[in-house]
Amino acid sequence: MSEHQTSPAKLPGGQWIGVALLLIAGVYVRALAFTPTEAAQGLAQKIFYLHAPSAWSAFVAFCVVTVCSIGYLFLKDMRLDMFAASSAEVGVVFTSAVLISGPIWGKPIWGAWWTWDARLTSTLFLWFIFFGYLVLRSAVREPGQRARYSAVLGILGAPLVAFIHVSVKLFRTTHPQPVVLKPEGPTLPSQMLTTLLLSFAAFTFFYVVLVTRRYALMRAEDARARLAEGDDAA
Amino acid sequence: MGDVMRQALVVARKDLLLELRSRTAFLSMLAFTALVLAIFNFARDPTAIGATDLAPSTLWITFSFAGLLGLNRAFALERENRALDGLLLAPLSRTALYVGKALANLVFLGTVEAIALPAFALFFNVPILPVLPALAGVIALATIGFVSVGTLLSAMAVTTRFAELILALLMLPFLLPPVSAAAQITSRLFAGRPLAEQVGWLKLLVGFDIVFVVLCMLIFEWTLEE
Amino acid sequence: MARRFGHVRAVRGIDFALQRGDALAIFGPNGAGKTTLLRILAGLIAADAGEVRLSGELLRRGDESQRRRFGVISHASMLYDGLTAAENLEFYGRLYGLPNVAAASRRALERVGLEARADSPAGTMSRGMLQRLTIARALLHEPDLVLLDEPFTGLDQAAAAALREQLMRLRSERRTVVLVTHNLDEGLELATHVAIQVAGRFVECGPRHGDAASYRVRYAEATGG
Repeated sequence: MSEHQTSPAKLPGGQWIGVALLLIAGVYVRALAFTPTEAAQGLAQKIFYLHAPSAWSAFVAFCVVTVCSIGYLFLKDMRLDMFAASSAEVGVVFTSAVLISGPIWGKPIWGAWWTWDARLTSTLFLWFIFFGYLVLRSAVREPGQRARYSAVLGILGAPLVAFIHVSVKLFRTTHPQPVVLKPEGPTLPSQMLTTLLLSFAAFTFFYVVLVTRRYALMRAEDARARLAEGDDAA
Repeated sequence: MGDVMRQALVVARKDLLLELRSRTAFLSMLAFTALVLAIFNFARDPTAIGATDLAPSTLWITFSFAGLLGLNRAFALERENRALDGLLLAPLSRTALYVGKALANLVFLGTVEAIALPAFALFFNVPILPVLPALAGVIALATIGFVSVGTLLSAMAVTTRFAELILALLMLPFLLPPVSAAAQITSRLFAGRPLAEQVGWLKLLVGFDIVFVVLCMLIFEWTLEE
Repeated sequence: MARRFGHVRAVRGIDFALQRGDALAIFGPNGAGKTTLLRILAGLIAADAGEVRLSGELLRRGDESQRRRFGVISHASMLYDGLTAAENLEFYGRLYGLPNVAAASRRALERVGLEARADSPAGTMSRGMLQRLTIARALLHEPDLVLLDEPFTGLDQAAAAALREQLMRLRSERRTVVLVTHNLDEGLELATHVAIQVAGRFVECGPRHGDAASYRVRYAEATGG
């Protein structure tokens, strides 16, 4: 009869989250102190260095979900399902960050919190896809069924995101928005570009760190559950 | 392929026969449509907003929600007496099962739409006759897209405790492309614009249908296997 | 015909073979994995390990034609309450691609004595009648192998007797039978082979020998009283 660990196992990698956050903070210091301020939008534009890379991370998260879903259907490896689920959870967080930072950026410029801007609308629907994915997972008890259903949704979501993007663009071209939000004005000065690229790198790193940690946690929970089950059926 | 269609028709025929007997899903869809019509009519200020402005949105909201109401029927009925097991044990291809269910859903939703459309024309005073063929075509395309995804999603949703809720939540993002395209085209048609101007939206509709009908047919079996 | 299997999981280390015309009764308490085993045999669930062979041919779950070879009778009828007996059978007949669906349906109803109720909706039938209709459905396509999952559930004396009669007839028709139940008396009568399944495993499996009393003792021992 094996000993069950009564204290929660220590997950490796906790320190990397700290590193990622430091990197992001570093980028932000650069954004605030060392990057020129955009003329028309003023200080509000600074949130762009949070908004855009969050959107990028959300997009990466979604791609990972789709790839893992396809992988699961072919290989039936539960680890792929767990990785997809981890990516979805992290993805919904980044998507939420985009949806929160968007209006915060927009309010001083547009005068309204929400104006169905093309990119924000697409992101809103991406949020619904992630959310639906997670809700579906929580509604299905049996792990094999849950993995299958998640994979199906993950695969359907890929062309959907493309179609949503096209729909929103098409809507915007037929109903153009009065104010076109451009993060950089007429040209993007090299300093802003550098800061932007740095923030993308920092956020990508942050995504990787979060997903691997969440995945490790999921594996640990799964291992613990199996151990318990294994003892019962012995 | 012919075999798949033959079997799909057997399944669809059975579904239609069952629904004809009980009429529950169909009647609830119709009742819902009447309700929306009535509410929209009484909720607006007739002098401020023209009926023609509101009609396309109302039409498509109604079709979407009535459709959502009717979608779960297809697989919910297979849960009683574990009839689904019977289907899985038979030499029935999973694709044929999907196509059969989707066809039945198309017939139900299509019939509701066919009844609702004249009602809309009447209550909203919208000139649909001149644009009827084009309008019917757009409605058909959007319904195909809606039903193809909805049938697959409902196969998963009915196994959960909150089937209606889950289905609605999952369907929401899938509704945006076909419904917005259809609503935009409908609105232009009611305004008397030629269909040729809406090529972008039409391509979107047709593309959506093709991609999702094929994709759903291919991956449907994963919603069933144990 | 010989059939061989071997599995793990909710069902483990199961390995047996049957000849055509054999009748295997699997006894076990609830949760023993009997239903899972039956579902694996029917191709509804995939086995994690091991395989199922019919007449030496590997059972592939995607192969539709193989499904014609067996019929399944469960305590759930797999029928539609809203359709009549005849309509239910005709639907299944069409699914199985039977040449003359109406005739096959009539024959099946006559076999189970329900020809008078052909136009009654399945939802109006008593449990016993429904069970007979279920048998009709399962045998409609003349399968070689018949799988039964707790078929006696909820049946009264008369209905149980009718079911036993049908099962004996299956034996005389040289169909192979696998019957799963937690009730010893029901299954022993027609069995040629007996297995006792506890916690996923067969604690005993082989041709029937000894009388009902000895089996009762062994079963009690295996299931811990």
